[in-house]
Amino acid sequence: MTSDTIMIPFYQALTEDVNALTAPQDSLQELRRSALERFSATGLPTLKTEAWRFTNIQRFLKEYPYELTSTPATTTADVANEANIPGLDAYRIVLVNGHLQADLSSIPEGKGIRIGAMSASTDAPGFAKWFNQHTQVNGEPLANLNTALFADGLFIELQANVSIDKPIHLIHVYTSDRHAFVQPRHLWVLQKGATATVIESTVHPKQEAVAFSNCVTEVVVADNAELWHYNVQQGAENFRQVNTTAAQQERDSRYHHFNITLPNTPFTRNNLSVVLHGSNTETNLKGIYLATGNQHVDNYTFMNHLVPNCNSNEHYKGVLLENANAVFTGRIHVHQEAQKTNAFQQNNNILMGDKATINSQPQLEIYADDVKCSHGFTAGQFSEDALFYLRARAIGEEAAKALLVNAFTHDVTDEIAVPALQEYIQGQIEAIMNN
Amino acid sequence: MLTIKNLHAEVEGKKILKGINLEIPKGEIHAIMGPNGSGKSSLASVLAGRDNYTVTEGEVWFNGKNLLEMSPEDRAREGVFLAFQYPVEIPGVSNINFLKTAVNEVRTYKGLPPLEAKEFLKLTKEKQQLVDFNTNLMNRSLNEGFSGGEKKRNEIFQLAMLNPSLAILDETDSGLDIDALRIVSNGVNKLRDAEKSFVVITHYQRLLEYIVPDFVHVLYNGRIIKTGTKELALELEEKGYDWLKEAEHQKESV
Repeated sequence: MTSDTIMIPFYQALTEDVNALTAPQDSLQELRRSALERFSATGLPTLKTEAWRFTNIQRFLKEYPYELTSTPATTTADVANEANIPGLDAYRIVLVNGHLQADLSSIPEGKGIRIGAMSASTDAPGFAKWFNQHTQVNGEPLANLNTALFADGLFIELQANVSIDKPIHLIHVYTSDRHAFVQPRHLWVLQKGATATVIESTVHPKQEAVAFSNCVTEVVVADNAELWHYNVQQGAENFRQVNTTAAQQERDSRYHHFNITLPNTPFTRNNLSVVLHGSNTETNLKGIYLATGNQHVDNYTFMNHLVPNCNSNEHYKGVLLENANAVFTGRIHVHQEAQKTNAFQQNNNILMGDKATINSQPQLEIYADDVKCSHGFTAGQFSEDALFYLRARAIGEEAAKALLVNAFTHDVTDEIAVPALQEYIQGQIEAIMNN
Repeated sequence: MLTIKNLHAEVEGKKILKGINLEIPKGEIHAIMGPNGSGKSSLASVLAGRDNYTVTEGEVWFNGKNLLEMSPEDRAREGVFLAFQYPVEIPGVSNINFLKTAVNEVRTYKGLPPLEAKEFLKLTKEKQQLVDFNTNLMNRSLNEGFSGGEKKRNEIFQLAMLNPSLAILDETDSGLDIDALRIVSNGVNKLRDAEKSFVVITHYQRLLEYIVPDFVHVLYNGRIIKTGTKELALELEEKGYDWLKEAEHQKESV
């Protein structure tokens, strides 16, 4: 551990016994202790850590005297309603700093559906089998920290061939009187043939205190199951986040992940890691980051092809205004056994701000010889011809740029399978561009 | 309606327009012809406000307002319309959404409320029929994958929707076969009225058989070197431009 890390306020608490920080009845003490040991061995990432070369997380952690917090908090219906998506017919689940607030939630029920707080789900078969099993979760310092100290989150387990009839709209509310470091932890298991759609939104009540979320979501998509997973990161000035999503896919499964980062959270790091355990799978990783001001948005993605005959398709599109700073890493590992892999990756950016920057790095490690893999990166400006064409049709410069940004992101937004959400995202992009 | 006085313009330091004088009254159709590189399309671009052109001298007045001081969008809102020689393809922007935005921008500028969805649809249908524009193209991305003819027809359709007082058609006939040319010309003729003026830029007399001009101007080397009636176009078709070029060079050397 470097001497730097000692400066981070809550670090002091970490040196104390993990038992003191977690509930005494907690059945996960062993797991937590070993995770804390792994974390202590590595410490926080520095700029020398390969996966964090362009993001100095310590700088962001030192910004405020964050306190490690696990105390449940509650919110009001008015606050939760801020996340409403017009026309979206969905089950709503509200989590406040990771804690399920039942009175504001309409949890789907039925045979083969188990949805509830993580703290109340440790006895579920899916929990025992899948919790903390993803290698990326065990390898990431921040994820280890989460395992050691998380308080609560949302558990979903769908038994074989269970489908939820409507999307689940998961609303995360982050609120605290004092600067808080919150660590939600989720586990979603779709057994064979199960299907679901989860839309995540965040709400940040207006308050002085800043919340830093270190969230981990583990996802399991078993044989022939399908999960549509949307993460809509509409942030606020008083929020910072490290968001780790670790998915495992079994054979014939489909996982579609959409990550939409919009203003104004100053710091966002998304770790997205998908490991393929079964063949004939489909994985779609789609992302949009639209950043303004001094926002720093870092998307680190890892597609891990262990087995043959799998398809992955990754497309991230960035629009950077003002001084926004973005990082994209697209790691693809095709193991020797993973013949007939199709793995495609694209990262396209429009830099609108004079001081906007993008650091983009594809990392392809291919050990199989019969594969189709490609990657591509672009960074550019608007087409002057297109802009002039729109302006010559009476459309003002700002509105024209809004149209062009929506046009630029359309190959991602077009893939959003929930019409109300698609319309909402396009509307949000337009509204941001018109401001 | 439009008065151009001694207009000089350059692009990347190269002088393109070298003193254009032109008066276009309300309700008239003026054709501008001339050999390649004479400055025809540059004139259209300068009037529409493309910003890679620098006006170094001269004035342009449109309905009593200084056109050169306006942004491209304000020129369009004031009623100047440029039908592009090469309409731009914009994947991801739907034709219909684009048109609705454009129409409502003009209305807002004029202090009118935006059109209700129903009214907009009605207007769209009406104008579509007027210029014979295929409904299937409406919901596609703007010009994406359109044939040359479809793109030009879309320009005329937009012209019909926006109803400007001055329409500049920049080589609208280029790349059109005879049927497409007829359809496009019919559209323009249906839009003609006593309040609207047209500037028709073309290489060929052919288009002027369909869209009959009141006056024909010949542009050469950044200047208008001859003005006549529609018969001038026929003469050019027959004799080419060389006799005019020679006359111009002799004038210069005197």
